Amino acid sequence: MTKEQADNGRDDMVIDGPGQANAVPDEFNANYLRIYYGKLFPHADMFKWMSYGNDGKHPGCDKSYFGRREFSFTLENDIYIRFQSFNSVTELENSIKEKCPFKIDIGPVYSVDPAKRHAYAQSGDNVFTPVERELVFDIDISDYDDVRYCCTGADVCLECWPLMTIAIKVIDTSLRDDFGFNHILWVYSGRRGVHCWVCDGKARRLTNEQRAAIADYFYVYKGNENSHKKISLPGLVLYPFLARSYTEVLKGFFETKLLPNQNLLASEERYEKILEMIPDASVASELRRRWQENKRASMSKDDINIVRWEQLKSILQSGKQKMQGLRRCVEEIVFSYTYPRLDMEVSKHMNHLLKAPFCVHPKTGRVCVPIDPNNCDEFDPTTVPTLSQLLEELNRGGPRQDAENEWDRTSLGESVTFFRTSFLQPLLKSCKEEIENSYNAKLQQSKNALSW
Amino acid sequence: MEVVQSHRKSSSNNVIVSILPLYRSAPPLEVRLEDFEFFAIDRLRVLKGISDGLCRGKKPEEMEKLVLDLWKANMRHPQAVEEVNKDIISHFVLRLVYCRTEELRKWFLSMETTLFRHRFRWGSSEAQRALMSEFKLPYKAVSNAEFESLKDKLGQVARSMGQTLAAADAIFYKVPFEEVPDLVAGRRVFIHKGHAYVAINQVVSLVVTQFRSYLSKALILTNRKWTSTIREQEKDRLTPIVEALCTSYLGPDYSQQQEFGEISIKDIDQVAKTSFPLCMRHLFEKVKEDHHLKHGGRMQLGLFLKGVGLKLDDALAFWKAEFAPKVSAERFDKEYAYNIRHNYGREGKRTDYTPYSCQKIISVTPGIGDHHGCPYRHFSEENLRAALVRMGVSSRAVEDVMDKVHNRHYQLACTLTFEAVHGSSCDAGINHPNQYFIDSQRVLQSKNGSVA
Repeated sequence: MTKEQADNGRDDMVIDGPGQANAVPDEFNANYLRIYYGKLFPHADMFKWMSYGNDGKHPGCDKSYFGRREFSFTLENDIYIRFQSFNSVTELENSIKEKCPFKIDIGPVYSVDPAKRHAYAQSGDNVFTPVERELVFDIDISDYDDVRYCCTGADVCLECWPLMTIAIKVIDTSLRDDFGFNHILWVYSGRRGVHCWVCDGKARRLTNEQRAAIADYFYVYKGNENSHKKISLPGLVLYPFLARSYTEVLKGFFETKLLPNQNLLASEERYEKILEMIPDASVASELRRRWQENKRASMSKDDINIVRWEQLKSILQSGKQKMQGLRRCVEEIVFSYTYPRLDMEVSKHMNHLLKAPFCVHPKTGRVCVPIDPNNCDEFDPTTVPTLSQLLEELNRGGPRQDAENEWDRTSLGESVTFFRTSFLQPLLKSCKEEIENSYNAKLQQSKNALSW
Repeated sequence: MEVVQSHRKSSSNNVIVSILPLYRSAPPLEVRLEDFEFFAIDRLRVLKGISDGLCRGKKPEEMEKLVLDLWKANMRHPQAVEEVNKDIISHFVLRLVYCRTEELRKWFLSMETTLFRHRFRWGSSEAQRALMSEFKLPYKAVSNAEFESLKDKLGQVARSMGQTLAAADAIFYKVPFEEVPDLVAGRRVFIHKGHAYVAINQVVSLVVTQFRSYLSKALILTNRKWTSTIREQEKDRLTPIVEALCTSYLGPDYSQQQEFGEISIKDIDQVAKTSFPLCMRHLFEKVKEDHHLKHGGRMQLGLFLKGVGLKLDDALAFWKAEFAPKVSAERFDKEYAYNIRHNYGREGKRTDYTPYSCQKIISVTPGIGDHHGCPYRHFSEENLRAALVRMGVSSRAVEDVMDKVHNRHYQLACTLTFEAVHGSSCDAGINHPNQYFIDSQRVLQSKNGSVA
């Protein structure tokens, strides 16, 4: 992270506090955050999104909709307050600016305003219950620690980040092509993963059972320390979604990027992990023998990993292999290294709270910016704007007459624009249509009833 | 009338398509009292036949044929209207019979659902479609054109499950994916743009689930109505019939002497060892040991002995002799002789009581000091094993018997015992202790050329 020089000699320094007026120390603290919420956080856009078209302009709007959404704030010192709700953009904005939460989570839309939930809990009829919630996914790179050797835990670099990229591609394609969803927002989680928000009306109204079904549809990697084989692909052929993911994304990525970059077959420790996945011990021994004999790179200039992978493939896929378990072994290996590893619990329940986009991650200072799934190869987590960087950019820009759209003169501008044009506007258009259609349908129904 | 019956004539080939009734509401038909009982008995034969088939672990194809045969044998009528009427009436009568306890409801639900499943399958696809719209399932049949365009993918899905796309399966239904969460979760359907393409056998499961859920609720309601009004209202007319139907045993009643004529008192000891089923062996041993049996045991054993061919005078002598150490002759004549004569139809109503069937014996719960009932059901595992060994059952066979017992297939356990003891198979299965006796005698006679 580079520190940039702020301009000198400005009287209206935005940053208060000790130290030079030039650079903005690379930190995350409440003061910075306050300025961020004051000038950069897109309150109005978040409000429009969460309203889903219920802005009161059309008679078919549900004016109570936004007010029934739960937000939760994590304040400084880890104080956590749930069941926050707001009735207008102003209320939302003021509360955020005042409380300056280190993290904002978004929960479901309930049957009644969460602030009034106690009144309804008394009736014992379970009237306080989630009624709508986006279909969400959470993918975390620390779940891939067994297949990346460059980093562990919370660290991420450009070598291993592509695992997230391919996860986005696989899931995004399936959500659109298989499930027919259209309004999908992918967001960088600020440190080591990505979140996905599926916002179609149909998705928001899914029951827990239906969410679980979708999560199970995506569930292929059964990761567990106790099993060697975490992927099992029985059947004569792969299910269409799996076949498509393999041929369009996973195979290419594994063979051309992951294999050489992570040196998956270069050393004994690493290639043993792959050999363990071959159910036929004689095949595994044959490969082991060959590779042990050939410890140094061979004459060819080709990467040793690729050479060995070709050897493995040619044995396993040769016509001679009749054994049942070997039929899909190559695919199973590729899947076990590259197939998306979702956090199932996040997706299965309507009441799961998920971090809001455009929050700042306290540990990295990075903003949770949207990712364009059509361009996710270009996304670089190491260059995502940080809090201090944004404040510096604000400083450099100088004072402005209007406080509107301050984000536009910072690196955040790109993200907000993308959010609006690629996601929010199409979504709202579709919501308006839905509201209108359902309103007209109701009118028609009551007309029919009356005409008796 | 809500009989979901339609005599639709397809214009092309003048075939009458009659639909499976859904039994949504009781028919406002007039039924003769005899028909009330007879229809129910015929249907009961079908359901019991199904129960028997399932207990024996018949494979699906065998069950399909069995159900068809049972239906043809008992429920068919040359006139479609008559057949449907009988179908509906018998179902509703049996609802009254089987709504009264949890166990009865479970059994009835299970058998009716199985019956429904098979009848749905063998219906025409037109009939199936009509039924699905009755259930308000949002299924649309896939047009030929669409099928052709999707055939590859549908085939791929089938093969991924280890199945093939037979021509017979070319009927697919299109439904929003949210309607079939289980199939989506297991990747057992092809989904595209939010639609799931469901094969006909998968549709059957869904329809049957709906049927089952509906019937389950209906039975609870029927029970309430029965207890609150019907039973009292109908106490002189329908109630006795309903109550009798439940315990009706539909095979031969062994009240008349069978082919082996008489058994004399000196033969009993011998035949008890070779040809009595465990329940009667146990009672017999106990009466010898304790010189007494309580009422339930006296009835069960006494009627059995009558069915075996013991004449009244011999019976009186037998019991008197066995009870002698504890009961004086005078007391015996006063307190026990009357009941024995009663059993033989020489007293009171002169009803010639029939020996108890397995079903009846299994259903009783012996109390303290009782030895009647079905030992496969009531003996502790240890005691049962010991008793089987004493009968001469090999340890291997004992395991098989215990397996049936654990799964609550008591009659099958007894059948296996018979087969183990006699070294020959008993295809018909044991349904009645006297049947066990007769079959045993037959086997022994064919082996030795004489009755044991």
